[in-house]
Amino acid sequence: MSATNIEAKVKSIIADQLGVGEDEIKAESSFIEDLGADSLDIVELVMAMEEEFEVEIPDEEAENIKTVGDAINYINTHKK
Amino acid sequence: MSDFKDKVVFITGGSRGIGRACALQFAKRGATIVINYAGNEAAATETVKLVTDLGCKAKALRFDVSNTEEVNKAIDDTVKEFTRIDVLVNNAGVAVDGLIMRFADADYSKTLDTNLKGAFNLIRAVSRPMMKQRAGVIINMTSIVGEMGNAGQAAYAASKAGLIGLTKAMAKELAPRNIRVNAVSPGFIETDMTTHIPEEAKKMMLQVTPLARLGKADEVAAATVFLASNDASYITGEVLKVNGGMYM
Repeated sequence: MSATNIEAKVKSIIADQLGVGEDEIKAESSFIEDLGADSLDIVELVMAMEEEFEVEIPDEEAENIKTVGDAINYINTHKK
Repeated sequence: MSDFKDKVVFITGGSRGIGRACALQFAKRGATIVINYAGNEAAATETVKLVTDLGCKAKALRFDVSNTEEVNKAIDDTVKEFTRIDVLVNNAGVAVDGLIMRFADADYSKTLDTNLKGAFNLIRAVSRPMMKQRAGVIINMTSIVGEMGNAGQAAYAASKAGLIGLTKAMAKELAPRNIRVNAVSPGFIETDMTTHIPEEAKKMMLQVTPLARLGKADEVAAATVFLASNDASYITGEVLKVNGGMYM
C-alpha cells in the first residue's frame, strides 16, 4: 500500500468511527480537541487501524498518537 | 409479547437451571438464543429444542468461559452468523464449598475463573460489537452470597461480590455507548446447584426468608428479562435482588 493510500484509508477509518466528514480531517487535527473523540473512540480507532493494517500498536505508543498525522506516520513507519 | 424479535441473546451456562429459564423466557418474547455450556451436551441440546419449539432460532456452543481464546472465537462466530449481539447474560457459575482452612487452591481458581473471569472475558469480547451497535445490555448473575456472605463459601462469595464491582465499573465505562450493565442477585433458588443443600440447612434458610420458600428459576429469569428489556431503559449499575426478602 502506498503512502497516499494509507493516508486515505486512515482518514476513512477516522471518518467512519467518529462520524465526521473526511474534509474536516486534517493531518494536524487532534482526535480529542478537534474531532470530538472520547477515550472509547480512541481505543476503537486504534483497534480498527490494527486490523486494517495488520500492525500492533502497544498502549504506550497509542498514547502518543494524538493527531491524524501521528496516526498516519505510525502506520507508515510500522506497516510491514 | 415479541419485543425481543430480531434480538440476539447470548447466555452462558444456558443448558439448565436459571440459564435455561432465561433462554426460554427470552425466546417467548421472540429472541434468537445462543447458549454456552461447559459439558452437559444432553441438557444443552434439550434447551435448544425447547427454544426452537417456541419458533425461535437457537444455537448451543460448548466452550470454557475462563478461556479467553475460546470466548473470543465464540463471540466472533456469533456476530458473523447472527450479525449482532443485543443481550449478554453472564450466568455460568460453579459453587465449590468448603471451610477455608482446608480449601484447595484448585477449587479457589476454578470458582474465580468460571464465575468472575468468565464474565470478564465475555464482557471484553462483546464490548466491541455492542459499542459499534451503540446499544447493548449486559446482565451478570451474582448471588445473595456475594452480598451477605456465607460460611463455607469463601471463594463463591468472593467471586459473586467481584461480579458486583465488575457490573458497576462496566455500567460506568460503557454508558457513553448506550450499553446498560446490571446484575441479578438470586437468593436460594431450586436448581441443580442447591439440591445438595441438606434439609436441615434448607429449613434454617427458610426461617430467615420472609416469603418462606425457595425461589424458582423462572422468577430469576423474569427479573433478567425485565432488566434486558426497554422497560428498564434508565436502569444501569443496579443489583436486583430476587431472594424472597432473605437479604434486604
